[in-house]
Amino acid sequence: MNRLERKDRLVRLALLMIAFSAVSILAVITVFMFEQGTPIMFKYGLKSFLAGTDWYPSEKSFGLWPMIVGSIYVTTGAMVIGVPFGLACAIVLTEFSSKRVRGVIKPVIELLAGIPSVVYGFMGVVILVPFIRQTLGGPGLSVLAASIILGIMILPTIISISVDSIQAIPPAYREGSLALGATKWQTVRMVLLPAARSGIIASIILGMGRAIGETMAVIMIAGNAISVPRSLLAPVRTLTSNIALEMGYAAGEHRQALFATGVILFIIIMVLNTVANMTSSRRRRTKG
Amino acid sequence: MRVDPRLSQRIAKTLLWAMTILTVAVLVFIIFFVLRKGLPALDLDFLTRNPVDMGKGGGIFSTIIGTIVLTALAILIATPLGVGTAIYLTEYTWENTVTRVIRFGAECLAGIPSIIFGLFGFILFVTKLGFGWSILSGALTLAFMILPTIIRTSEEAIKSVPAAYRQVSFSLGGTKWQTVTRVVLPSAVPGIVTGIILSVGRSIGETAAVIFTAGSALRIPTSLFSSSRTMSVHFYILAREGISMSRAYGTAAVLVIAILLVNIATYYLMNRFIRRYS
Amino acid sequence: MRREEPVGSVAIRVSRFSHYFGAEQTLAELDLDINRNEILGIIGPARSGKSTFLCALNRLNDLVRGSRVEGRIEIDGRNIYDADVDVIELRRKLGTVFATPIPLPRSILENVAFGPRMAGVRDRVRLDEVVRDSLEKAGLWEEVKDRLDTSGLKLSGGQQQRLCLARILALKPEFILLDEPTSGLDPISTMKIEDSLRKLKKDYTIILVTNNTKQAARVADRTAFFLNGGLIEIGPTAGIFTAPADKRTDDYLRGRFG
Repeated sequence: MNRLERKDRLVRLALLMIAFSAVSILAVITVFMFEQGTPIMFKYGLKSFLAGTDWYPSEKSFGLWPMIVGSIYVTTGAMVIGVPFGLACAIVLTEFSSKRVRGVIKPVIELLAGIPSVVYGFMGVVILVPFIRQTLGGPGLSVLAASIILGIMILPTIISISVDSIQAIPPAYREGSLALGATKWQTVRMVLLPAARSGIIASIILGMGRAIGETMAVIMIAGNAISVPRSLLAPVRTLTSNIALEMGYAAGEHRQALFATGVILFIIIMVLNTVANMTSSRRRRTKG
Repeated sequence: MRVDPRLSQRIAKTLLWAMTILTVAVLVFIIFFVLRKGLPALDLDFLTRNPVDMGKGGGIFSTIIGTIVLTALAILIATPLGVGTAIYLTEYTWENTVTRVIRFGAECLAGIPSIIFGLFGFILFVTKLGFGWSILSGALTLAFMILPTIIRTSEEAIKSVPAAYRQVSFSLGGTKWQTVTRVVLPSAVPGIVTGIILSVGRSIGETAAVIFTAGSALRIPTSLFSSSRTMSVHFYILAREGISMSRAYGTAAVLVIAILLVNIATYYLMNRFIRRYS
Repeated sequence: MRREEPVGSVAIRVSRFSHYFGAEQTLAELDLDINRNEILGIIGPARSGKSTFLCALNRLNDLVRGSRVEGRIEIDGRNIYDADVDVIELRRKLGTVFATPIPLPRSILENVAFGPRMAGVRDRVRLDEVVRDSLEKAGLWEEVKDRLDTSGLKLSGGQQQRLCLARILALKPEFILLDEPTSGLDPISTMKIEDSLRKLKKDYTIILVTNNTKQAARVADRTAFFLNGGLIEIGPTAGIFTAPADKRTDDYLRGRFG
């Protein structure tokens, strides 16, 4: 066998070991988390853990319900703001703007994706929260504030993936529709959006995942009260904030409960990512 | 009642453009606000002196060092692992269930919130392995956080190298490894580096994973085992505890400028990448 | 090392050679000889196994999952599918030019020097000599000698294909395999390449797969007709074209199918 082929074999082995280490590390993270977090869930019962309304770690009461509701409200609010504006931007970027305009707007949006979440949170604290407090009442630190800031934060995700999906549509679709006398907007509404649907849905799901997982910005502006929020202006604590706020001083079962919270978040996000993957790959498969 | 399609298009266009302009305006506003309030605080002193009095006075020098060291270390750990894995997955294995599972796993882990990595890093590195709050714990945690992204972007970059190039190399008597190093990697490098730079940007702005693993010590780190504060963590603490607004803005300005530079570098590389294949 | 064989002796002997990709059979019991210093043209409709045959000779098929062979192909007396065969050396010996010119994204000089570099040649002077020699043999030297450092991608289609030819010549092969090399090129480029092949015949054995029967008629000494993975007939070109032995050959040449 050629001397070079012998070297090839060694390299292959080395790369295999690298890949194996990388993958096993990632697997270890997963296994580890589950190992730390699941025992306590079963000790106190999954139902009381998820549906219990009292979170008093010092009294061994671990009910996550207020935080689950908090996460749901805040994420939903973020979607309500992020999706329409995100889609609007995506449509404008792909169909209603010139190359030059696109060349300006796109980098700006990508830049926004890189701004640290603490900076967003800070902007919320300094501008948005006082504004809400003055005009709408309440403490300002609220579901509304969190929703708005989170909505802004997930815009780049939704925009860039939707833009990719729309741009991936074969030009024949556009041309065919326009050739039939449809206006650009009709083409968008009746041809492009349905064709890009799975990619857009994937972008929304991924945006949702990002919103659910956001921690630092939410801590700064959501109020962090452990109670089910009664209105948009009420303070709220999410699952992620819960972990971050208490991890510094949690011990024993308290710490395990926080880990269990992490496990739940992990599962939610895995599910979301899987669904997002499936929707976009189904589209890729049918397009052949 | 049928609306003239041209009219409805005009309405739609106006509405959509309004929303877009609003979006862009908000985003641009954030950057300008931070810079306007923060740039005044930026002088040579701010960048070269350490924080004094828990951050009420002085500058952010130690946090700059902390950020640089932490990020550099994380990249140094994650890049060989990530690129090597990507090379192995794309060039040395056939597409089968194992590779699909690995890819799926990497994609999922790419979406896991940083707080969970912080949690994991805290329990494993800080506590169980006894590294304590340290640069080592922080860098390892960050490395694992960016590893899936590097694997993914490297894979994409490698996959986008035309199959024809590989065929040419093989037909000229090249081995697998020669083909990878002389043909595939050189063409994939811009894409790979783009992924690395994106990860750098992410690491710079990362707070949740870092604060629970690298801690928040204000001194310049002296060893791998010293705790250290990064700019993001410093900013968070300044803002939340209300220690010093001007310095908070200053730190935020530095962060934003750093991200700006990272994005410009990425954009420039992406353009080179695209130009090569058009 | 090339032995000085008299023209007309057998260079490659294919015996009962079959090839499969998984369950699908692509070549069926091929029996043919290829003579030294001849140009063998291979014609046939699409999917008749012509390209697969070339890739069986240089064992590029091995890179595809599920590739399987039966029978023998002997080059210089040795079955190239034996377990201890040096495939790398084999591929250097059988240089292949593909249908679409594929210059690598580097300079002209680097393109031609690519093969020798991989084989371990490091001496700059020697590399420059090899590059010049190969480009001359491919008929490209005059056109690019002043711009060896420019990107290979900037050449025209015909020039790129001649660059690919130079690339394989740099490895000093014994055989030149060409898979529809001029199918995308203009008539002038085609003519230039055909001229080069006629000159190269002196020192190399050439196998030319083409879907253009007229090209085979112009260039090949002998022609083989492939159909559905099998060899239908093979013989001196003139004979094949004027009086084919098999009706299927006749039908194909007349354009009744394919």
